[in-house]
Amino acid sequence: MKITKAILLLCVFALTAFTIKTDTEAGYKVGDKIEDFKLKNIDNKMMSLSDFGEVKGYIIIFTCNTCPYSVANEDRIIALDKKYKAAGFPVVAINPNDPNVVPDDSFEKMQVRAKEKGFTFPYLLDEGQKVYPKFGATKTPHVYIVTANDMKVQYIGAIDNSSRNPDAVSEKYAENAVDALLAGKKVEKTDTRAIGCTIKTK
Amino acid sequence: MMKLKVFYFLFLLGVVFSCKNEKETAKTVVAENKQSTVVTYNYSELKPLLEKNDDKTYVINFWATWCGPCVKELPAFEKINKEYADKNVEVILVSLDFPKQVEKKLIPFIEKKNLQSKVILLDDVNEDVWIKAIDTTWSGAIPATLIYNKNKRTFYEQSFEYETLTNELKTFLNK
Repeated sequence: MKITKAILLLCVFALTAFTIKTDTEAGYKVGDKIEDFKLKNIDNKMMSLSDFGEVKGYIIIFTCNTCPYSVANEDRIIALDKKYKAAGFPVVAINPNDPNVVPDDSFEKMQVRAKEKGFTFPYLLDEGQKVYPKFGATKTPHVYIVTANDMKVQYIGAIDNSSRNPDAVSEKYAENAVDALLAGKKVEKTDTRAIGCTIKTK
Repeated sequence: MMKLKVFYFLFLLGVVFSCKNEKETAKTVVAENKQSTVVTYNYSELKPLLEKNDDKTYVINFWATWCGPCVKELPAFEKINKEYADKNVEVILVSLDFPKQVEKKLIPFIEKKNLQSKVILLDDVNEDVWIKAIDTTWSGAIPATLIYNKNKRTFYEQSFEYETLTNELKTFLNK
């Protein structure tokens, strides 16, 4: 009898317990127009997308120093910039993590990492964490490809289909998207997923 | 108001009693479940574990040793595994560690933390396919948790503490 009562009570408790909603729906979707931002680059200068001047678009990548998936993708991010900067699609890397939570993602450590790896692109700190929520970025690395003329999001997701093992890549999503945009074609896969680290907040 | 107090007291009483029982059964599990190898699954091998149709409730946690928030929440899952073992709840920890680091990092971690829940490694390059298949809302960030039984299924792209996790789990039990 006692047990039945306990079960019944548990049941009632369960029903009244609050449910937790995940909020992955927030932020820009493919087709949305983005707002430009102004963030500090590792060269200590404030930078906006408009500072690139005449380009066709931007490969915006939320990434950081500390996430092993970001680190595993660093060489691929550098390769993307090398391949597409001249074609008019430069890489813009943004560290969305709060350095107070992850000291190794501080501005100074970003400068160190960029130098070590020879980053060829801006590496911005989302100071105050105002920019990444607008995008709806949830993890590092998280890629957004935007066309410059209309500032519209054309692609959201992964760099390729094998984040953990670069030797096993068989589909380069980000490259395919930029290639399509450069050719004036529709991006075939506009939403892809890969494992990543959560963005660190207080 | 008085009614509510009695109600809550009875609830707590129920919890206290049931916890006491679980501790005794859990001890035997500790002795038997010494794990020194981790089985690697690809997604098609993992899939059946994510859609069983038996009487159990499954708590599937996606994690990695390098993921700070994942490591932080592991004790909550371990506690669930122990305290809900006799309530038909099974915890499976699906590691997304780098396959090359299984011997060097994952297994030593399991042994050091003396993890009792079942740990498996998911190694499947086609992330885009299986992340969406596991849950359409999952962006791929970890930690992430799937709780399901034959009646209900919910995916959580978030961290848990013991209390929030048990609150969620309870919505799956006693129905």
